[in-house]
Amino acid sequence: MWEWVWEGIRSGIVTTAYPAREETASGVSPGFPTDLPRTFAAAGEASVAASCCPTEALLSEDQQVVLREPRCIHCYRCLRQTETPLAWQWQGNYEWAVSPHPRVELAKKFGRSFRRSLHLRILDAGACGACLSEIEQLNKPYYNMHRLGFFVTPTPRDADVLVVAGPMTEHMRQPLLSAYEAMPTPKAVLALGACAIFGGVFGTSFASMGGVASLIPVDILVPGCPPPPLAILHALLALIGRVEPAACELNSSSPGGERGD
Amino acid sequence: MAQGLSKNHRQLDLAEAIAKRWHWKVNVSCDTALSQCYVECDRNQLLELCRWLIDDMDYALGSLIVEETNENWLLRYVFYGEPDSEAVHLGLRLDKAEKTTVPSISPIIHAADWQEREAWDLFGLRFEGHPRLIDIVRHEAWPAEIYPMRKNFDGSQPGPHPPVERPFQPYHVVQAPGAFLMPIGPVFSDAAESALFLLESVGEDVIRIWPRFFYKFRGVEKIAEGQAVDRVLLLAERFSGTSSFAHSLAFCQAVEAICRVDLPSRAQALRIVFAELERFRHHVAAIAGICNSTALAVATSQAGILEEEALRLSGTLTGHRYLFGLNKPGGVTLDLNDRQCEDLSSGVQAIFLKLARLYDLLRYSSSFLDRLEEVGMVTKDQARNYGLVGPIARASGLARDLRQVLPYALYSEISFEVPQEEEGDGYARLRLLFREAEQSAKILQKILSFLPPGEIAAREVALKPGAALGWAEAPRGATFHWVRLDEQGRVRRYHLTTPSFTNWHGFHFAAEDFAYQDFPIIMASFGLSNAECDR
Repeated sequence: MWEWVWEGIRSGIVTTAYPAREETASGVSPGFPTDLPRTFAAAGEASVAASCCPTEALLSEDQQVVLREPRCIHCYRCLRQTETPLAWQWQGNYEWAVSPHPRVELAKKFGRSFRRSLHLRILDAGACGACLSEIEQLNKPYYNMHRLGFFVTPTPRDADVLVVAGPMTEHMRQPLLSAYEAMPTPKAVLALGACAIFGGVFGTSFASMGGVASLIPVDILVPGCPPPPLAILHALLALIGRVEPAACELNSSSPGGERGD
Repeated sequence: MAQGLSKNHRQLDLAEAIAKRWHWKVNVSCDTALSQCYVECDRNQLLELCRWLIDDMDYALGSLIVEETNENWLLRYVFYGEPDSEAVHLGLRLDKAEKTTVPSISPIIHAADWQEREAWDLFGLRFEGHPRLIDIVRHEAWPAEIYPMRKNFDGSQPGPHPPVERPFQPYHVVQAPGAFLMPIGPVFSDAAESALFLLESVGEDVIRIWPRFFYKFRGVEKIAEGQAVDRVLLLAERFSGTSSFAHSLAFCQAVEAICRVDLPSRAQALRIVFAELERFRHHVAAIAGICNSTALAVATSQAGILEEEALRLSGTLTGHRYLFGLNKPGGVTLDLNDRQCEDLSSGVQAIFLKLARLYDLLRYSSSFLDRLEEVGMVTKDQARNYGLVGPIARASGLARDLRQVLPYALYSEISFEVPQEEEGDGYARLRLLFREAEQSAKILQKILSFLPPGEIAAREVALKPGAALGWAEAPRGATFHWVRLDEQGRVRRYHLTTPSFTNWHGFHFAAEDFAYQDFPIIMASFGLSNAECDR
């Protein structure tokens, strides 16, 4: 068995310094288009530019194209597949979790006592597997969420946060409601990824309900398809008030926010 | 050229053999471009043809595709065989007006069992002689008479789910003093995917296992109908995120076969690069899963490090950690320059060397091997009967790989080995994952050193009406995507047969007669995805 001990020591510490320092390694995030809104010469041009987006993440308002991060699924079509490629770049940022609540309310929910110990219950409501794989990475050396006091718990009775991934399939409706009801208060719901926020590419149909907000109130949204591990860490830290959530306008037409009460 | 000619000959021979054997009563046609034989038969010849293909010709059932037209039900049974043999499609046309039943082929081909149940559940087609024609996709909240895949069902509206009067009640088979049933799922204690496993036992050993899937049923096939090809591409790519490139590849190849698009060789080579990178990453993740299930913490961490390094490598070179957004009908969307090719090649090599080191440690850890050896056995006969695919079948001595059987992209032009193990236990599956990862690393090194120059996509893809089958060897095994386009170039029917669906069917062989504590290990050594199964 000593080989394993030696192997563990030999590989050293690989864990990211985030949130103390920014993570600068490449390939940790799929990123979003940057430098938006972008102004075009005519309103027509703007709407043509926005039309390449399959999920309406790009929106044309007058002569401007704006990005709604919660709807972006990183298909790169606005970068690679338009006839005249749009001149924007993608940026590998990851601090993009947003909340439908005002920040004060979000901080009030858990108060100070949960800041170093938060237990998560993960619920797969039709996720493709990529979101879940990214959560698993949080438990592994590169991200190691235990160092920040986040733990995955096997029972909803011990859970503070319900992490929901997937477009909320009809068949998972009852298990989700049971798990949510079994959780003690204060409890929060984290909608993980584009699917849990607005249904993603699956949308609303006979089999899926187009996001978890159609069933239970959501406290924080993590855009991305899938959100990289650092974005999930950012969301969890924002939930207990250790960092600021990203500034993003979630008006009534925005996905996921309407039912959060 | 000579190879092409002999291929044509062989195909004609096969067609003639079939026609002769059935006294010219069946209609046989060949398509050399797609390397397939289409046999139009009627219900009286179906069983005999199936038996001949399975028993005499050693073919395996790939997929059962049901299509609905105004007057008919069209059923298509897809068979594939040993390397260098053509796929055989059996077509069966049934009149909708006569309330007919379909002869079930499940009694002779077990592999068709779940596929027929799925067709029953989604279309309401009754398969006569099926041993157990019960729900598989629709859960208890579905009204009995509503079949979601029928054309007259509107899939865009919220589902018809009245409140459930009687929640799901599993039935017990094991009747003995002290017998009990242990449900596991649908929500698991960690980040596992939703599914329900009912384990029946009288004590320590699991006597009977009954899995229940489709908790994650998103109706991909239904919501694809009537959509444009580039929208369905998103569904094909994202219904199973951990094998997205393989599935988008199968979909794109189906569309390309319909539209008769010739791909530039650079596009095909890049597809191999991305597909093998995905296989490599998937296998590293599967190995991490096996280490985790045996609670070997250091090995789990080490494998987790390698998985994240593979993810970062993918992210750095393609933008996306899970290789989304790379495929499109006609080619790929992203080129790699020489520098990137070098980085990818050396990056994969570096990860592989660490993986080999991990493997050397694992195979000398007796406490780890004790949990895997002779646990979760699947014999070769069982694998063949149930038509298992991918690493699971290959670990049981059934070396079938679509990259060799029906080569696509440039696979016919590169040499690689399809590893095979005989024991069919958890350790054989682990060894196979290592060996396949090694092969992927080798293929990557080979192909990245001389990527053919040229365009990365065909100039134009003119959508035409028609239907075709696309296939790929996904990391978990063979996948078949059937696509039919209508006059407007929209998808009329999209059917997916995925390796997880095929392989979960044979899971009970591995899990039954083993102790409870072996169950998570057997599950991890299967390494299947419910998202891929449930669609």
